[in-house]
Amino acid sequence: MNDILLETVNLKKHFPTNAGVVHAVDDVTLQIRRGETLGVVGESGCGKSTLGRTIIRLYEPTEGDVKFEGKSIPGLKGKEFKKLQPNMQMIFQDPYSSLNPRMSVSNIIAEPIKVCNPSMNKAQRMEKVERTMELCGIPPRLFNVYPHEMDGGRRQRVGLARALALDPKFIVCDEPVSALDVSIQAQILNLLMDLQERQQLSYMFITHDLCVVRHISHNIMVMYMGQVVEYASREELFAHQIHPYTRALLSAIPTTDLNRRNQEKLLLKGEVANPINPAPGCRFAPRCPYASEKCREPQRLTEAAPGHFVACHACVT
Amino acid sequence: MGKFLEVKDLHVQYKTDESVVYALNGLTLDVEKGETVGLVGETGAGKTTLALSILKLLPEDVGKITKGSIYYNGTDVIAAGKNEMRRLRGEEISMIFQDPMTSLNPVLTVGEQIREVLVLHFPDMTKQEREKRVDEILTLVGIPPERKSQYPHQFSGGMKQRVVIAIALVAQPKLLLADEPTTALDVTIQAQILQLMKDLKQKLNTSMIFITHDLGVVMEFCDSVAVVYGGEVIERGTIEEIYVREKNHPYTEGLFNCIPDLGVDTHRLHPIEGEVLDPTLKPAGCKFADRCRYCRDNCKKSNPDMYHIGGTHFIKCYRYTDGEVQTNE
Repeated sequence: MNDILLETVNLKKHFPTNAGVVHAVDDVTLQIRRGETLGVVGESGCGKSTLGRTIIRLYEPTEGDVKFEGKSIPGLKGKEFKKLQPNMQMIFQDPYSSLNPRMSVSNIIAEPIKVCNPSMNKAQRMEKVERTMELCGIPPRLFNVYPHEMDGGRRQRVGLARALALDPKFIVCDEPVSALDVSIQAQILNLLMDLQERQQLSYMFITHDLCVVRHISHNIMVMYMGQVVEYASREELFAHQIHPYTRALLSAIPTTDLNRRNQEKLLLKGEVANPINPAPGCRFAPRCPYASEKCREPQRLTEAAPGHFVACHACVT
Repeated sequence: MGKFLEVKDLHVQYKTDESVVYALNGLTLDVEKGETVGLVGETGAGKTTLALSILKLLPEDVGKITKGSIYYNGTDVIAAGKNEMRRLRGEEISMIFQDPMTSLNPVLTVGEQIREVLVLHFPDMTKQEREKRVDEILTLVGIPPERKSQYPHQFSGGMKQRVVIAIALVAQPKLLLADEPTTALDVTIQAQILQLMKDLKQKLNTSMIFITHDLGVVMEFCDSVAVVYGGEVIERGTIEEIYVREKNHPYTEGLFNCIPDLGVDTHRLHPIEGEVLDPTLKPAGCKFADRCRYCRDNCKKSNPDMYHIGGTHFIKCYRYTDGEVQTNE
């Protein structure tokens, strides 16, 4: 049960631009076990989506390695990679733009099967589509319906069904619920968790919503400007956050708990700095209330408590 | 004479070629001077339509107020003419739109866009005075005044939202309609903007209608809450009355149950069954009846009235009017 399904080693993804090199993902090492969810949290532009896309090789990594069941992905060529690909799928953020408006629901879900499993005949394929639709709670009457005829929650279910059609082991969920209303959001979250229990799926759940992450994840990784600043199990992270950024992030969330009303907040000053050619030191330092001279040196992810990693010199010593 | 803003039994319809959309169905809402009301509801509940009706900015020929009244500080908004409305907008009532990325003009500098409001509403102001006001308001929202000659694309999302707030506030309106002003922003930036708006509200004593779907933001920011469903206010009360969660409309209860909260550990969320009401339908009974787990016969036959729970707390539900709840709990 405790075997590692996917890991990355010092993964980097840089984008060269006219203005300089954007360090979108810098030195990320992580592990995801079978049947577990890793929540990746961070603000817009911190590289969480790029990380997800690099892991399933929608982008080629600049440096570092991604291993799926021990096999290194970036080195795989042609057929070998195609064999592995069905195991890793992705759900996208926007249910409105991630579905082809000119394809019916059944065709959208059948498409990945056509691509990855061409030997299947049509009857088998359609049977698989029907089963997947049922699994995702899409009523059969929507079989021939087009995306524009459905609401956001239904569309996101179709996106999920498309990812599940190939029986993957690992799904990257890139903000799958942030475009949805709260009541629909809860339905999709429940569905994701049910599927995980039933099929031993592993998720990498990318979001900026800490409440959602707490609900769905086993482990949580906090990213800031392409780097991991804190990594711990869910219980550990919510019990005591160590990195100043994580603390500020948590304190910024509005809650519905009357007792926590008017509580003093750790307000951050300024905004995320420019990710082009960043300085070697801690990238959070310009906004950090505790920044000191030592923050100009590169920070390493260090184990502050068992299983709890932090990239901040001031927090570890 | 009465309330600062008084919306009474407002009905708004959108007519399209194929059908009629019933956006607001008898919405009633009062706002006191200096009060901040959180208007909560899901997509399509009619939140934005209400704001647009108050400003008379409903899309021409399509959107129409069919019944009801809006009084702002004694002025009948529905009867007001074009010139009167032009004066009201910006000077008395102004609006912050949802998306800071698209609500600014990309070919005008930020300074020009703020100045425009002053030119329209205070034509007597000298150029120097105007520049001074622009600098003042920019400082107030936390943007260095030197940046006024820059264009919107040179600002980040959070900064753009500050510009939008500056434009809305420069004429010192007495009523601000904020339509999901922080939804498009990150949490840390959201916290900054909310703090900023809180400070400004106190300084200028502005009344505000704060439209959002985020119950957490409402609790931190507003004085009172109005929950909207199917174009009606179904629950109204102060923050305390509603967030104590002792007596709530079944819909509000459902909303609370489907947010994962940081304080409590829940394994499963409890989503509200079914979907938002199709706005082209106009059921005779309670609009929430189809999704409500307490639904009974009379819920589908006629629409309940607002029932006074206590204090300023009102709920539109038969469970309270016929005393069912007291016997249950």
